[in-house]
Amino acid sequence: MKLTGAQMVCESLIREGVDTMFGIPGGAILPLYQTFHQYPQLKHILVRHEQGAAMAADGYYRVTGKVGVAMATSGPGATNLVTGLATAQMDSTAIVAITGQVSRGAIGKDAFQECDITGVTLPVTKHNYLVMDIHDIPRVIKEAFYLAKSGRPGPVLVDIPKDLFTEEAEFIYPETVEIPGYNPTLEGNMSQIKKAASLINSAKKPVILSGHGAVLSRAFDEVKDLAERAQIPVITTLLGISSFPETHVLSLGMPGMHGVAYASMALDQADLIVSLGARFDDRVTGKLSSFAPNAKIIHIDIDPSVIGQNVRTQVPLVGDVKSVLQTLIPQVKQNNHEDWVQHIEEMRINHPSLRLKEKDNLTQQYIIKKISDITQGGAVVVTGVGQHQMWTAQYYTFSQPNSWVTSGGLGTMGFEVPAAMGAQVGKPDSVVWSICGDGGFQMTLSDLATIVENKLPIKFAIMNNHFLGMVRQWQHLFYEDTFTATQYSGNPDFVKLAEAYGIHSFRVTEKSEVDNAITDAMEHDGPVLIDFMVDPEENVYPMIPPGESVLEIVEEPTEEPTWR
Amino acid sequence: MAIGEHTLVALVLHQPGVLNRISGMFRRRGFNISSLTVGQSESEDLARMTFVVQGDDATVEQVTKQLYKLVDVVRVTDLDEDNSIVREMALVKVSATNQNRSEIIQISEIFRSKIVDVGAETVVIEITGDQSKIDRFIILLQPFGIREVMRTGAVAMSRGNAVTAQIDNNVSGASRVNNRPKDYDQNL
Ligand SMILES: Cc1ncc(C[n+]2csc(CCOP(=O)(O)OP(=O)(O)O)c2C)c(N)n1
Repeated sequence: MKLTGAQMVCESLIREGVDTMFGIPGGAILPLYQTFHQYPQLKHILVRHEQGAAMAADGYYRVTGKVGVAMATSGPGATNLVTGLATAQMDSTAIVAITGQVSRGAIGKDAFQECDITGVTLPVTKHNYLVMDIHDIPRVIKEAFYLAKSGRPGPVLVDIPKDLFTEEAEFIYPETVEIPGYNPTLEGNMSQIKKAASLINSAKKPVILSGHGAVLSRAFDEVKDLAERAQIPVITTLLGISSFPETHVLSLGMPGMHGVAYASMALDQADLIVSLGARFDDRVTGKLSSFAPNAKIIHIDIDPSVIGQNVRTQVPLVGDVKSVLQTLIPQVKQNNHEDWVQHIEEMRINHPSLRLKEKDNLTQQYIIKKISDITQGGAVVVTGVGQHQMWTAQYYTFSQPNSWVTSGGLGTMGFEVPAAMGAQVGKPDSVVWSICGDGGFQMTLSDLATIVENKLPIKFAIMNNHFLGMVRQWQHLFYEDTFTATQYSGNPDFVKLAEAYGIHSFRVTEKSEVDNAITDAMEHDGPVLIDFMVDPEENVYPMIPPGESVLEIVEEPTEEPTWR
Repeated sequence: MAIGEHTLVALVLHQPGVLNRISGMFRRRGFNISSLTVGQSESEDLARMTFVVQGDDATVEQVTKQLYKLVDVVRVTDLDEDNSIVREMALVKVSATNQNRSEIIQISEIFRSKIVDVGAETVVIEITGDQSKIDRFIILLQPFGIREVMRTGAVAMSRGNAVTAQIDNNVSGASRVNNRPKDYDQNL
């Protein structure tokens, strides 16, 4: 069968199971777009900014496990994808980005809208391709999807020159991929698993540190089995949230810079850390030299390079978390760790990090707790980056597996709008709440139009503090209240703005209105935007200052701490 | 862990952009390499690269793992210094006069290097050896006035039967050495 390059791309996408793509057309990719009408099974969602396409693809992947697809034209279209790709690269999420490139003959000549996007995205993709021969299109797309979703997932970019789209050639879709330099280890090494089991069996104060790898490998049952079998408390990293139900007695929540005190303390006091797809990021460990001084570490990860990167490891165990746990669990003895679990319970009582303040002001903590209660911890929750993100991580009680979508590694503001869009497209029947900072929201709000066009019933809660709140907090704590460039005194009227987009919207200023507002939003069929006028001066606690150990934790200051 | 020089040899796909991917990785991860060479291997579609890396064992372990993370890198071997041959070639252009030319030739002979060009005011010498030999040679020539030095960077190979970064027809199968935990056990 002879096909054009553009048809080859579509046929290949269909064979990879793609049904939804996010993008914006332009000159170099136009011949591809002009074939879409031949393939109605490929739904293209026209976004308002390519960054939104990449982030929507990311949100889509996170909730469905299906590779997200983003498309952009050459030059500025392609460069607009970069922040989304970098976000995906840091959080190991599978995206395939397809970009148009100027025609082969024009490459390297500074042609109109030419940009060396494979060069630009080298450090922010798992791999990328510039296709220079039409015969390579099927193989490259097959490889791109395979690379994106297998092993440690990540974004892959495929750049295709315009003239390839209109050339014709025989279409042969390869059955298998053969990449000599790529062969991720999925199953754990037996002797290492044995060592791990024996360490777990002899530990007195073990903890599980569950990271994004546990979510990505969908190891929900296994994490729970392991925890319950040996009564091991579970600490979830920021991206590990929703790998283990927070309603479970063994759930301790998030550790680290803004983690709950008892989770950080349990890590600090543990004699064994069983790390499941976590990478000991500095936000978790704080000062490395005093991190978990008495703990042995079993480090289970599909990416060998994160093992031993930051902390010393007693049992390195390369493999897919789910597969490794399935082999490991039968070798783990039942245990109750009574003293240790009891001790942690006492810490939980003595260090109640999540107690709501008795305050009349409208605080984000209160709102998020209410959203959590009213949705019974069962919504898909998306956030931006900053204070509201940390408070959501703290105060939303996630009861459902894989229901948390946030930019952890790169910490990308603006993620809250497009990622929620992708999540709602991926899970049309789920309730999706997007908890937004007024700062981040304004970075990507243009996709509200896309949300309306596609009738996505996302519930937006803007935590409107008129500040770049998290930065303001650092200025307060570390820079003597010098609030340079953090106040947003010219925010638009978000309610009017939403209404202009045709989105049902209202403002909440009082604590007493919160319950009704959330219930109203839930009852409304389409998208809703609530502008919560929150206390601008609240700070996120607990806090372990950057580069410090858990000993420096400030749980709930009566007087504001001075770390200056 | 001792900081020192390690010689790594990698087998990589012989494709455009591979060198860029590898050098970019070294740059962005802040690894120090004092030399990098690349050339065709015994197989047409694969190239061999030699890296001389500065750092302790943990750094070299990270370098190895990060190299493996690149899709185009097939195999990496950390060469054992005592069991390998490391060679570099250099061309050295020195000023020469009728008075001192024979002295230069004499030094060259001691180093078993070759005079490859003699001009009115210069000679060009080709020398092969390990890096320290070339370093010493250049120092000895300095008093004559060095006009230009061109060094290739090190290439390396293990001695005896062992093959560095072996090409294995089964290479896409489970025989890859990278993800094997035994590599990391050494680090316990
Ligand atoms: C794209 C981007 N730019 C800058 C930052 C630095 N930054 C981190 S948190 C933050 C403030 C975020 O403000 P807002 O979205 O209003 O959320 P808040 O902290 O007030 O909850 C900033 C500017 C970032 N993380 N991402």
